[in-house]
Amino acid sequence: MRAYLPGYELVVPRDLAEALALLRDEPGAWKPFAGGTDLMVLFEAGRLAHRKFFSILQLPELRGVEETSEHVTLGALTTYTEVQRHATLRREFPMLCRAARETGGVAIQNRGTLGGNIANASPAADSPPALLAYDAQLELISAAGSRWVAYGDFHTGYKQTVMRPDELVARIRCPRPSTNAKQYARKVGTRRAQAISKICFAGLAEMFDGRVAEIRLAFGSVAPTVVRCRRTEAVLSGQKIDAATIRAARSELAVEIAPIDDVRSTAGYRLRVALNVLEEFLSRLAANE
Amino acid sequence: MREVLSVSETSGKISVNCVVNGDAVTLAAYPLARLLDVLREELRLTGTKEGCGEGECGACSVIINGELVNSCLVPVAQVRGAEIKTIEGVASGEQLDAVQEAFIECGGAQCGICTPGMVLAALNLLEQIPQPTEADIREGLAGNLCRCTGYMKIFESVVRACERTGAGS
Repeated sequence: MRAYLPGYELVVPRDLAEALALLRDEPGAWKPFAGGTDLMVLFEAGRLAHRKFFSILQLPELRGVEETSEHVTLGALTTYTEVQRHATLRREFPMLCRAARETGGVAIQNRGTLGGNIANASPAADSPPALLAYDAQLELISAAGSRWVAYGDFHTGYKQTVMRPDELVARIRCPRPSTNAKQYARKVGTRRAQAISKICFAGLAEMFDGRVAEIRLAFGSVAPTVVRCRRTEAVLSGQKIDAATIRAARSELAVEIAPIDDVRSTAGYRLRVALNVLEEFLSRLAANE
Repeated sequence: MREVLSVSETSGKISVNCVVNGDAVTLAAYPLARLLDVLREELRLTGTKEGCGEGECGACSVIINGELVNSCLVPVAQVRGAEIKTIEGVASGEQLDAVQEAFIECGGAQCGICTPGMVLAALNLLEQIPQPTEADIREGLAGNLCRCTGYMKIFESVVRACERTGAGS
């Protein structure tokens, strides 16, 4: 059933301070509204439970991409289109660009934001596995100040995060990967464009002397949150990649993730594809591709 | 049964100034009203179609500040000061745009529901990439679905439009 339109509010704060004051004065009463690519879908379906929103899309303080020699920092309102067009991101963060390109179609990419993708906290979101593999940090801001949290510690349960009701995601900071780092991302959906993931993977590794010096593995749609697979990483760390290590990594991953049956896929299919995608990444590392 | 809300729990209509197809307009609507509905019902610009209503099909595509968007996902409170182009703003008077001409020549329109969105997606693509490859065209149209499944003719229409504008592919 369609939602009752006059029951909803969407106010437009003039600046960031005004937005944060709303959150401070009535914690939990107001929720941020960025590109609306998820909230408007819920609204139209009559499933948008919350009623009072404030738009953040117009706030320049939450835009822009900054670079230092060690990090790239993205404003929470960076759209998927902006990600794809950014020269440094294209060169050094191909997994994030790929995720941006595979999220919805052009019209969604023009409107959807990285901060929204993160704060919406869907386990099927496409940019979070890449951000986990890049070891991103998030800046959470409130009227009381700002704090940085590791993105790996951000999601605490299905649609649950460490954010307080008075906080906003302001920026996403990623360390620039070493030029030696191997990156591999793969989304598996029903269709190449405009499909929500059945599973989504991002892996980043550095090899030294034929062994795994550093490895980060992240999946979407295989657990109640997007996940970093640290136990599987531990199995691989320091190892040469051969048939035996690939078998061991597959066995560990099979118990580390917990995919489910839902409208988009089955637990069995997701598990099998997750293991195969991991193997594909590891085989490429072994072949030095 | 419809939920009953007291007056204090409901929002009033807001007034939003923006430019639609070159004309300054003032819209009066509830803040979360979909731009799609406001265009169709307030401004009677019914060229913009509703397909899925959830950002999957592209039938409601319009261009806001030079960017293609799904108008079913845009609340009117967020278009203050925006420049909006709908399918009605594509032709100059009686003179059709090259993309529209190409759709006619190549049979790119069947039932017509997806056509306004397809034309705007194609225009947006050619604006961003004047000389698109075949892959660029497929990707540029990937968010627009055609229930008649006339995809090849739509694709050929965009290739023709590139030729007509001298861009080529």
